Amino acid sequence: MTDPLLKIEDLQITFPHRRGDFIAVQGFELTLNKGEIVGLIGESGAGKSTVGNAVIGLLSPPGRVTSGQILLDGQDLTELTAHRLAALRGRRIGMIFQDPMTSLNPLMTVGQQLAQSISILRKMPMRQARAEAARRLSDVGISDAKNRMDQYPHEFSGGMRQRVVIALALAGDPDLLIADEPTTALDVSVQKQVLDLIKDICRERALGVILVTHDMGVIAETADRVCVMRHGKLVETGDTQKVLAHPTADYTTRLIAAIPSITEREDRFRNPEPRTGDIDKWLLQAHDREEEGHFLNTTDLVKEFPAKGVSFGIRQPPFRAVDVPQIQIARGEVLGLVGESGSGKSTLGRLLTGLLPITQGSVTYTDHGDISAFRRAAPRKAFRRDVQVVFQDPYSSLNSRLRVDRILAEPIRFHGLASRSQTPRLVAALLERVGLSAEDGRKYPHQFSGGQRQRICIARALAVRPRFILCDEPTSALDVSIQADMLALLMELRRSLGLTMLFVSHDLAVVRQVSDRVAVMRKGKIVELKEAETLFQSPEHEYTRHLLSTAPRVEGHRPSNTAASTRKAIQ
Amino acid sequence: MYYVIARVLQACLVMLCVALVGFIVFQYVGDPVLALVGQETSIEDRAALRESLGLNDPILVQYLRFVADALRGDLGISYSFNRDVADMIAERLPATVELVLLSGVLGLVLAIPAGIYTGIHRKGGWAQAIMALSVIGVSIPSFLLGILMILVFSVWLNWLPSFGRGDVAGVFGFRSSLFTLDGLSHALMPAAVLCLFQLGVILRLVRAEMLEVLRTDFIRFAWARGLPAQVVYLQHALKNTLVPVVTAIGLQLSSLFAFSIITERVFQWPGMGSLLLHAIGQSDIPLLAAYLIFVGLVFTVANLVVDALYVMIDPRIRHGKV
Repeated sequence: MTDPLLKIEDLQITFPHRRGDFIAVQGFELTLNKGEIVGLIGESGAGKSTVGNAVIGLLSPPGRVTSGQILLDGQDLTELTAHRLAALRGRRIGMIFQDPMTSLNPLMTVGQQLAQSISILRKMPMRQARAEAARRLSDVGISDAKNRMDQYPHEFSGGMRQRVVIALALAGDPDLLIADEPTTALDVSVQKQVLDLIKDICRERALGVILVTHDMGVIAETADRVCVMRHGKLVETGDTQKVLAHPTADYTTRLIAAIPSITEREDRFRNPEPRTGDIDKWLLQAHDREEEGHFLNTTDLVKEFPAKGVSFGIRQPPFRAVDVPQIQIARGEVLGLVGESGSGKSTLGRLLTGLLPITQGSVTYTDHGDISAFRRAAPRKAFRRDVQVVFQDPYSSLNSRLRVDRILAEPIRFHGLASRSQTPRLVAALLERVGLSAEDGRKYPHQFSGGQRQRICIARALAVRPRFILCDEPTSALDVSIQADMLALLMELRRSLGLTMLFVSHDLAVVRQVSDRVAVMRKGKIVELKEAETLFQSPEHEYTRHLLSTAPRVEGHRPSNTAASTRKAIQ
Repeated sequence: MYYVIARVLQACLVMLCVALVGFIVFQYVGDPVLALVGQETSIEDRAALRESLGLNDPILVQYLRFVADALRGDLGISYSFNRDVADMIAERLPATVELVLLSGVLGLVLAIPAGIYTGIHRKGGWAQAIMALSVIGVSIPSFLLGILMILVFSVWLNWLPSFGRGDVAGVFGFRSSLFTLDGLSHALMPAAVLCLFQLGVILRLVRAEMLEVLRTDFIRFAWARGLPAQVVYLQHALKNTLVPVVTAIGLQLSSLFAFSIITERVFQWPGMGSLLLHAIGQSDIPLLAAYLIFVGLVFTVANLVVDALYVMIDPRIRHGKV
């Protein structure tokens, strides 16, 4: 057995702080051989990226390695001077970052950036470096590399940019590649291609790869071995298949169990026990005067965005973001809307809720009428009250200067749903209803974690007694264990309060867990719209099948799986 | 290409608006006939004069005539000097141009490297010192600084002349004091005073933009790729700070042009600023209107150049992506 390429022993990384040092990583160990991919998984704050940054010597100050060793081919990187460590970057160790949109210098062509790296790292004259750059671009799967060299990063799609980033990271032929969430910002189908590329390169060049990610599916598809991290400590390590199938640590078991399944609808989201507290009775008053029929209906809905710029007096045709002949949502139904980025799914959600003006066609709510035909303020206000939105990013969708109780009280008072004296009691009840405590109302949004903020966003949406909620990627910014809690909360609220929902997401597994029916969008059109189970079990459209086949899967230990299959066997 | 043409058309539109303001000042602040004739002129003569000056034509015709005259370089005749306004401006312009150019070059040569340095070594001692000095530069009024400099360099040390423009020499038909040693020695102090404010502003802007850019992912990625420091700082970071910096430089330079009044006054510099002060003192309406149009032109052209530079710096603007 040859010596490992990288060996990390008893690593401790500390961020000094005047109120006591923060130990980000403690007692971490890892061994990596050539031609091997080791996955580093954990939730946000687990210290997984910190490990990656420490290996390449780019810890953000004031963080530093306080004990332990990082041995690259037997040489301890923690003992090197900053200067000598800098000489290893690019030449021995390469790194890829999460977002290919921001990893490239927007003002230099792709060819310039790559040729620059090659000429510096391999001491080549520029002309020769350019030829080499073209060859390397085609190596990472960019067709017509010679011409694309002269294009700027913004002219490349996300997946293509990540290929360029990989070519750049490998420009100096390093032995070790650290990939920090390399596919998190990419669409599912592109993600698979990029992961396959990393796998191929790893095998061909006998490269050691550390794959840092929060996504168990990515690990399952790619990594040979996996290290599970939590709170800066190593929880479990071993062969990927083994760890996924038979996790020994409690945390790993919970982490795997929290991942929503793409292969079946899980019990935990299906039939939550409805709640009937006082606040639920208050919230249900909205349903008093309900009419018959669908909740909402559209006809020939079109949204066009004007093309930018006019070249020589010829106006470019507008970009058609949404073109949907008809879509209906029944009362109490959850309609899932899936598609890749740019498919128009979020735009459609916004059109249905009146957040964007409609170009053609109409959106009609049975109880409110055509939403673009409101003449007076009162019916528009009633519609606004009835239809609420929970956005993707809980960090930017709360006003950071308002206390949480103000955030929740404002809509209640605006719509006159309670008197000034009653409002604080309602706010407290709402906070408790979404799983926070009444005292949390006195805090500001930044004092909460992402998951708690999303609960505040849900409480804010509920505060006006809506009957329809648009959930626009409500769990995409959250960790997997919190995501499961959030989905469970949404499903319980839906059942207790009889909510109608439009659930927009790029995550097929999540959509499967929550939706009654699912619409698949592509390039502004709905390619397939069916009962959720039918769609996932027997997808008809080619694109739906493509999406399903590229989605990463975790086939591992799943307590709910066994329970479900036992029940099936009994039936 | 479309972008540049659109910007040129917009600039023309802006100039027409500036000309309109100039026209209104020219036409309606005081009665030109009263300004031209004496007490004893009869009402009939006045009416005839009014007619011959075209003051009875429709407003639009008068405006268009004004614009057409301005385009031909005819900006009217100064009340107080009884000379062609355009000639007077042309006479004073080189003095101001050389002052602005010298102070602009001085400012940029100091501000950009200092901004980069303080951006990189944010907490270093030198950087802190430079930042402290730049606060002084931004906050000291230029007349005070001018007087202090005259006191130190002219009165006490007797190194530099305290006022006026020095010898003038011509190179390629452009006569300027920058081509003689004496001229330079006269121009140095006013230029230094003039550049100090923009030095502070641009330095701080470059520093803030550098700090911003150095935090971005592509700079992290550039480090991770093993690029040497000078490549990361100068080729990747600096270029990405340029769009706002070029904007600021364009505005600063044009405001130097327009408002070098105080410095010119302090150093008795025979440029546009002195002319403006004189025009204000004498209520010389044609001169004021012409000055207004001239300042508008400087700002418009500067912004046009800045817009054209954007396209060269940032390809995303070229492709309509921003």
